[in-house]
Amino acid sequence: MFAFIVSRVLQALPVMLAVALISFAMFAYVGDPVAIMLGQDYTQAQREALIRDLGLDQPFFVQFAKFVGNALQGEFGLSYRLSRPVLDLIAERAPATLELALTAAFLALLVGVPMGIYTGLYRNSWLSRFFLTFSLIGVSLPTFLIGILLILTFSVWLGWLPSFGRGDTVKLGWWSTGYLTWGGIKALILPSITLGLFQMTLIMRLVRAEMLEVLRTDYIKFARARGLTNRAVNFGHALKNTLVPVITITGLQLGAIIAFAIVTETVFQWPGMGLLFIQSVGAADIPVMAAYLLLIAALFVTINLIVDLLYFAVDPRLRVGGGKGGH
Amino acid sequence: MSNTRPLLEVRNLRVEFPTRRGTLVALDDVSFDIHPGEVLGVVGESGAGKSMTGAAIIGLLEPPGRIAAGSISLAGRRIDNLPYKEMRTVRGREIGAIFQDPLTTLNPLYTVGRQLVETMTTHLPLNPAQARKKAIEWLELVGIPAAAQRIDSYPHEFSGGMRQRVVIALALCAEPKLIVADEPTTALDVSIQAQVIALLKTLAREKGTSMMLVTHDMGVIAETADRVAVMYAGRIAEIGAVRQVVKHPAHPYTIGLMGSIPPISHRMDRLLQIEGAMPRLSAIPKGCAYNPRCPRVFDRCRGERPELLDAGDTRAACWLYDRADKDAAHAVAESGYGEVRHA
Repeated sequence: MFAFIVSRVLQALPVMLAVALISFAMFAYVGDPVAIMLGQDYTQAQREALIRDLGLDQPFFVQFAKFVGNALQGEFGLSYRLSRPVLDLIAERAPATLELALTAAFLALLVGVPMGIYTGLYRNSWLSRFFLTFSLIGVSLPTFLIGILLILTFSVWLGWLPSFGRGDTVKLGWWSTGYLTWGGIKALILPSITLGLFQMTLIMRLVRAEMLEVLRTDYIKFARARGLTNRAVNFGHALKNTLVPVITITGLQLGAIIAFAIVTETVFQWPGMGLLFIQSVGAADIPVMAAYLLLIAALFVTINLIVDLLYFAVDPRLRVGGGKGGH
Repeated sequence: MSNTRPLLEVRNLRVEFPTRRGTLVALDDVSFDIHPGEVLGVVGESGAGKSMTGAAIIGLLEPPGRIAAGSISLAGRRIDNLPYKEMRTVRGREIGAIFQDPLTTLNPLYTVGRQLVETMTTHLPLNPAQARKKAIEWLELVGIPAAAQRIDSYPHEFSGGMRQRVVIALALCAEPKLIVADEPTTALDVSIQAQVIALLKTLAREKGTSMMLVTHDMGVIAETADRVAVMYAGRIAEIGAVRQVVKHPAHPYTIGLMGSIPPISHRMDRLLQIEGAMPRLSAIPKGCAYNPRCPRVFDRCRGERPELLDAGDTRAACWLYDRADKDAAHAVAESGYGEVRHA
């Protein structure tokens, strides 16, 4: 098990390095940060001084090595736009995004999995048909439209829920949470539904397809032939066999939820990393963009590792060294 | 055997599959009995309805298949029309099932011990610890070496033959009165087949369990079964004691089947071969379903469908054995029906 984790971490290194190279290339080729930093009036001497200060006059690979070295020490430089350490900016924004993403993922699983099981077991009931039709909306409507429609309905017409921001937050050390106040929770509802709806319908359709697949297998028929209760067959035997693909997709989607919270955060003016990223793009604030990319890549790599480890927990066939043999 | 009440009585069973292009009749007017402790072999080509009969008995026909007519009774109680919940207590507890492919019959995510324990605690008044002890006993009984250790192994850690032994243990562990074994050795190596059949036979004898053994292997039937039913296109073509059916087959189809088994005692240049193929369910010919392939076909076979008739030592669905053709014998043949029925 330990060897497996080590090998996966080693495999992750080239991935991270590639992402670092791409993020770094943005420094060199996307826009002209010097022009943005200097503003309208500057002398050639000022410009050259700044270029020297930023180390932009050095060869590409020297710059890259420096960038990687700094990144390894958690040093991503200063934001051009806000003139503050990038890491502080991201640390400030991360709780908002993570809380939103986790709430959305939780919502998606909590609603999506039972709906998938139900539609898999009772394929022809009218409720299943309704769920499937409803899921088409989730799959096909773009996120920003869903967000705007929700705001229109629940904030503008009904006035029940806030239309933007995180509401009241409480500081727990450096982590600011919205979970502990009523206002914070109310503010979470619309964005997390917006962000989670697609994932929910995706999970529902996946669980349904897997259930239909598994229910046709011989071991389910045999479990019925052994006279096990419906509950034991459907939930004990069938559901567990659907879990491997569901875990894979859910894991990848959790990464996607965090990475692509950008749209939802923009619609709801949610003070998270996505919004920070969008604002940085507007200002060609490359250190922030690069750090954000690296962070998201690290997140995907970590989630993939966790997903792989979960496989081992679910499927005994993957556990190596577990007494192979027989006759 | 004939003086006891049959354990399983199947009467005029008809199974239909509604499809978009009309209803397919998969089983038509199938009747047979299985007596306590008896092994009934069921043979036939693929699609003849052998497995379908087994599935109908354990109440697990694939939808949209359904029992359209007839009845199935176990120990005098009708089980074909039981509500799902009651049928559940029959399955496993009173009728055990063994499927064809041991590689796919066991749930890959649970240990064999867990699967045995859950089956026993579902049907028998045992707590999990007692059930576990019995599970080890069962694994020993079906010949799993080092059962006490192997009980915590997963199915993929066993070979095919060993897995089928586990399946047999699972089918028998709630001590049912009847086992429906659907081609239990088809997926196994030839060398393993004999072992598994021998095990099944021994256990059934020891426990006094009746068995319906579905297979297309006449050798297995000859060795294991007491009686045999030969199926063709969803009907029973011939039924009788194994010795009689093998040695003196009456139905031309059975004669053809027996002729296509290579004899070991002497060399044969060419095996007998039945011309053509079994008709699809959607195109079963009028009259006797076998008539297009039958070497002894005559006019009546093309128009009228034969019921099971006395044919010497067995009963065959073939007009060759109709005494009604000779007018006077008609009444005798009719009255003879009930008497010989469970012979």
